[in-house]
Order: sequence, then structure tokens, then C-alpha cells
Amino acid sequence: MSDAEAVVSLENVTVVYGRSNRALSDVTTTFVRGAVGLLGPNGAGKSTMIKSLLGFVVPTHGRMRVLGLDVAASPVEIRARIGYMPENDAHIPGLNAVSFVGYCGELAGLPRADAIQRAHEVLFYVGLGEARYRNVDTYSTGMKQRIKLAQALVHDPDLLFLDEPTNGMDPRGRDEMLELVRDLAHNKGVSLILSSHLLPDVEYTCDHVVVMDKGRVATAGSIEALKQPRGRVYELRVKTPGDLETFFDRLRAAGLDCHATDDDVVRVFVPGDGGARKLFELAAAERVQVRHLRPSVPTLEDVFAHAVGEP
Amino acid sequence: MPIHDQGYRRYGGDRARGRAWLVIVTTGVRAMLGNRRWIVLMGASWIQFLVRAVQFYLAANFSQAGMLNPTAATFRDFFDKQDIFVFIMTVTLGSSLIAQDRRANALQIYLSKPLTRAEYIFGKLGILVTFLLLITWVPAILLLVVEVVFAGNFTFLQANAYLFPAITVFALVEVVMVSTSMLALSSLSTNSRFVGILYTALIFFSNALYGVLRAVTGSSMVSWISFGNNLAQIGDLIFRVPLRYQTPWPIALVMIVVLVSVSALVLERRVRGVEIVA
Repeated sequence: MSDAEAVVSLENVTVVYGRSNRALSDVTTTFVRGAVGLLGPNGAGKSTMIKSLLGFVVPTHGRMRVLGLDVAASPVEIRARIGYMPENDAHIPGLNAVSFVGYCGELAGLPRADAIQRAHEVLFYVGLGEARYRNVDTYSTGMKQRIKLAQALVHDPDLLFLDEPTNGMDPRGRDEMLELVRDLAHNKGVSLILSSHLLPDVEYTCDHVVVMDKGRVATAGSIEALKQPRGRVYELRVKTPGDLETFFDRLRAAGLDCHATDDDVVRVFVPGDGGARKLFELAAAERVQVRHLRPSVPTLEDVFAHAVGEP
Repeated sequence: MPIHDQGYRRYGGDRARGRAWLVIVTTGVRAMLGNRRWIVLMGASWIQFLVRAVQFYLAANFSQAGMLNPTAATFRDFFDKQDIFVFIMTVTLGSSLIAQDRRANALQIYLSKPLTRAEYIFGKLGILVTFLLLITWVPAILLLVVEVVFAGNFTFLQANAYLFPAITVFALVEVVMVSTSMLALSSLSTNSRFVGILYTALIFFSNALYGVLRAVTGSSMVSWISFGNNLAQIGDLIFRVPLRYQTPWPIALVMIVVLVSVSALVLERRVRGVEIVA
């Protein structure tokens, strides 16, 4: 991806908390227009990256550009064009939803009348139209997530940073939030960076992904391209007289990636055009019974597991 | 088209730059003016103005009331008497200004908008400064006007031409000192009640310490130890009335500057978009 179509770019960015706690290590990557997922396990450096882009955290090394502007030189100009939905609970106390969102619009430079009108519009858009005169302090967790999105949208940003937007939401609320995020990116022309550790959220809403692990970029690119098979994926159910981990170690030693899923199924990635025969041979050598074997297609979970080296 | 049918639209209107601090001030002031208890407190703080206005009226119209004639000391005394309202207003309004924002994680919201940390601090400071000036500078200046109106001449004003700048400078010194120190304390905690208690304790503790030291040393040279005394000393200097403590006024001034500087330093360190615990 070229820098011309990048909305965000980082060059050799390092962020160190305290003396030695490296949250980001020499990160170089770009985020293209549209919806980009920032994926990674907890502590991977996703939130630190977003906070660095907002200017909250100053990197010890490296350069960052957002919408063509240097973060170190033009933080205020950048923040005028972006919206930020923080991960944790955040609101301005003592205000009802319309006043809160309108106030945020005014802070972003909108005239008062426009800010209030936009506040009504975005509150209806995020599904809080009926509750817009209620004090935000009385909102449920799901409603607070929605109002955080509303305050990030009120000034019509060109780029949105969404930090774990579905945190604490019930399944229905989560689906609605993801639908909103998808609509913004695909129908409303708003570029967004969605930080999450939930793969289905990213897979549903985003076209591109940057996978972080231990403060580094593990992999990045279009989700479709990353999911292209560079080998074959099989789903296995096995019975072993000994420890299952020994069998996994044997597979890995033979160059096969494998990771267990929630459903008692092991997903095994066989590189190249290797078939199931290799799997059967390794199973036989370890006296493991293969009870079930089914060819599968690579998912974002495979990409993620492969990128972060997850067992 | 009804708003709820419009969905999300792009915005093509104007965007102002650099007025976010003013938005914070106006929104804060508007919110306080909607509070009935606050209005009552504001009204109570103007009682002294009414009493002084009556005093000026009597002095101007009844020769028997000559002892009520205003002097520079009258205006100095006016500020002294307003101190209790300055204290109440600072504690009730100022303690929550940043503490509440920190409790609700609002700093992330503010600082993700196009405003700097300095603008945020000036905005919050502006709310407290506005109300404190409304009960100090505004009534004092109005008293000057009232005196001229009741006397029907400019004699008093001409004889005390320094009073207008004196009122302005002292009100600013008082308000800036009180506001910055309270705002700094407010940034230290997420509990506004605790901040109020801390401010009160600091005022009373420094006064009590001065009282003890004065009793021990028999001298008021140690008045610099009390925040209130430093302000009073500078006030006497500005209004050209005899200084009430033996402490040289430059020391009192330095103490005020140190307090404001320390407060600014605390604010610089505490007002951040993210709290890093390393």
C-alpha cells in the first residue's frame, strides 16, 4: 500500500513507559483509507498506538503522520479531523446526552446551533434518540458505548479511532454497534481504525488489518489477501493415549502450525500443497487416533494465530 | 425532514479554531447559573455591596453621617469582608472542576478534541475566575460608580485616582492565586469533596501555624507562612493603607508567585489525556 492512500503512517515508532517498559518497538506500518482493524491480544500495544496518534503519548523515537499531517507538529489540526472513541467509560459528568454531544461539537469548533442539531442527528443515528434528554450518568454500559461513538462523530471527522467499541455490550447491542461501524466505513465515507482483540468484530467490519503482538506489527494487509491459502488447513479431532501437547509439538517440529479452537477441534495448517497424508503419518508415529479430519478454509483466526505464534 | 429520518450526514458548515477554552467557560457558567442554590449564594455575596451603597448614599446626602464618608480603606475593607464568599465559592465550585472530569475520564474526551491542555486549563480557570470576579471586582467597581452618582461629583474619584487600578490589580491577584491553587488541588483527586476539605485544611492549617508562631515569637514577621496573610499584605500595599504585618511585602509577593507557579506545575503534570503508571 502506498503512502498516498494511507490515512495513518508510522515510521520506526517506539514508545517506552517508565525506564524499560516498551509498549511499541520500532513499529513501521500504514493504515489505508476505509476500515482497518487493529488486532492483537491484550497488551499488544494497540491502545498505546492510538494514544500516540492522538498525541496523548509522545514516542521516544519515530515519526507518525495522520491524514498527511505530522503528529508532533500539528496535533490540534489532526484532532480537528479525527474522532476518538475511548476504550473505557468516558463522559462529561452532569450533562444529558444532547448537551454532552453538542458540547463536544462546540469543542471541535462547530457553531452552537450546528453542534446541537448535529447532536440530535448523531444520537438518532447511534440509536439513542429516545434517551437523548437523559443524564448520561444514568446510562447503561451499552448506551455509554453508543454515546462515546456519538461524541466521536458529532463534528463529522474524516477518520475515526474506535478503541474496543463493543466492550461490555450484550450480543444484540454488539451486533448493532458493528452494523453502525460497518455502515460508517462502507456507506458514509468515514475512514476508521478499529482496535479490538475480537476477531469476528474486525472480520465483519474491516477490509484491512494490522496485527500487533508484543509491541510489534506481526502482520498487515488486506484481510482477503491474508486469508489466501499458502497451504491447506484441516480441522482435526484426535484421541491420544498420552499428552496432546506432545502431539502438537511433533506437528510443529514438522513445520505444521496448529492451534486448538473452543470446540474441541484442532486446526492444522499444512504449508505448500501438503495433503492430509503427512498428518496421518505423524499421528501414526505418535500413536494418535484421528477421529475426524475435514479440509477447511483459512480464517482471520488462522492469520492471527499464525502471526502472533499462538499455540 | 424530521431529524430521526436523516441518518448520518457529512457536515459542510463552518468550524472555528482556538475558541474551545471559551466554550468551556460559557458552558460552565451557563450550567452554574441554572443552579438555584448557586444563585442564592451569588445574591448573598452582593449584600455587602447593598450595605455599602446605602452607606455612600447617607454620607453623600446627610451631613450628620460624615463619619460614613468613603476612603481607600473602605474599599480595602470591602475586599476583606468578601473573603468569606470567595472562600465558599472557591470550595463549592472549584473543587469539582477537574476532579469530576478525572472521575468520569472526561480528560480523554476533551483532549481528543482540537484543544490543547493549556486551553482546557484556561477554560476551567475561566469558570472560577468569572464567578470570583463577579463577587469581587464587579461590585467594587460598581461601588466607585455608585459613589460618584450619589455624590454628584468626581471629587472622591479624582482624589483617589489609583483606586480603579488598585481594585483591578488586587482582584486579579486574589482571583488568580485562589483559582490556580484550587484548580491544582482539584487535579490531584477524583473526589471533589476531598479536594474541598484539603483546600479548607490548607487555609486553616497555615493560619493556625501562623497564630502559634506569632504567639511564640511575639512578632508578625512569620505571616508569610499563611496564604491568606500574604494576600492581605499585598492588598494593603496596593490600596496604600498601612501594612498589617511586619513581613516585608516582597516576601509576601514571592510567596504568592511561588504558590501560583507550583499550582501551574501541578496542573501541567496532572492534566493529560492518559495517566501513565510506569
